[in-house]
Amino acid sequence: MRVADGLDTPALEAWIREFARSIAEHKDELTDLDSAIGDADHGANMDRGMSAAVTALTEKPPADPAALLKQVGMTLVSKVGGASGPLYGTFFLRMAGALSPDPADDETFARALRAGLDGVTARGKAEPGDKTMLDALAPACDALDAALTAGQPLGAALTAAAEAARQGRDATVPLVARKGRASYLGERSAGHQDPGATSTALLLDAAVATLAGS
Amino acid sequence: MPRVGLVVVSHSLPLAEAAVALAREMLPGRELTIEIAAGTDDGGLGTDAVAISTAITAADSGDGVVVLMDLGSAVLSAETALEFLDDDVRARVVLSPAPLVEGLIGAVVVAAGGAPRDRVAAEALLGLAPKQAHLG
Repeated sequence: MRVADGLDTPALEAWIREFARSIAEHKDELTDLDSAIGDADHGANMDRGMSAAVTALTEKPPADPAALLKQVGMTLVSKVGGASGPLYGTFFLRMAGALSPDPADDETFARALRAGLDGVTARGKAEPGDKTMLDALAPACDALDAALTAGQPLGAALTAAAEAARQGRDATVPLVARKGRASYLGERSAGHQDPGATSTALLLDAAVATLAGS
Repeated sequence: MPRVGLVVVSHSLPLAEAAVALAREMLPGRELTIEIAAGTDDGGLGTDAVAISTAITAADSGDGVVVLMDLGSAVLSAETALEFLDDDVRARVVLSPAPLVEGLIGAVVVAAGGAPRDRVAAEALLGLAPKQAHLG
């Protein structure tokens, strides 16, 4: 029972591995979305980065939760290539900074996720509604916090967070992009789902699949 | 005399190498450290924050570094790279918002002439002025 022990290194490793598997599965979809409004590399870039992160987990198994997410973040800032490298990389580095060597309890995990959100916000200087990954990540953090504050168990809270991320992702469709390569398109970016918000929704779905039953 | 180093960050290694070659034409017989962090390690288009921090460290002789970059992830990766530097090195780094080619050409001339890093960064920012003046 990990509920009593908190989210430990194997649990977080399972989350990262599931995210990598999901990115690989949705690689073409992410690239198709990015070819409509960006530079058609989000799927390939994220797949290259997460594959490298998984390889690093196998070759250099991290000792604790903070070290694990730091290693993932450092791999992504180096290997992704596109803007999602520094953005997702900073997300995991800030999460790592909010964790300790000990397994994370629910509240600590939620605080770490919000630290990741704050890191992405500072790095990308985007705001909600700019048609970015923040449009999925910010509502997910809000939903997670609200559910935990209401006394729900982690599984239900993560499920609510993933649902909020998917709704945020869907809500990017009519938006006009104000950040990144898509912003060069101006009004023509409207009518397309944001690739970054789409991969972020996969990140939350991976958390439900691996951490919710803990 | 200060020896400010330059770092060129680009999605493309050929683009960075060509920009540096163009800029070095301004420096016949003169020495200047210009490091490149460009492309992914598998030869594709992209930027790498760890490679940028390594390039900054290599370019720094103690008088600081001016970093010129192309767009998008180059900017975000350069900002991320600052996190991986020692505090004293980070304090000597300027990330220039100048356009890559024009800014680099302006910067190399004054950097090779021994200008301090703030002057080099200011000159990079003026890089568009001749083209703007010419085209009106």
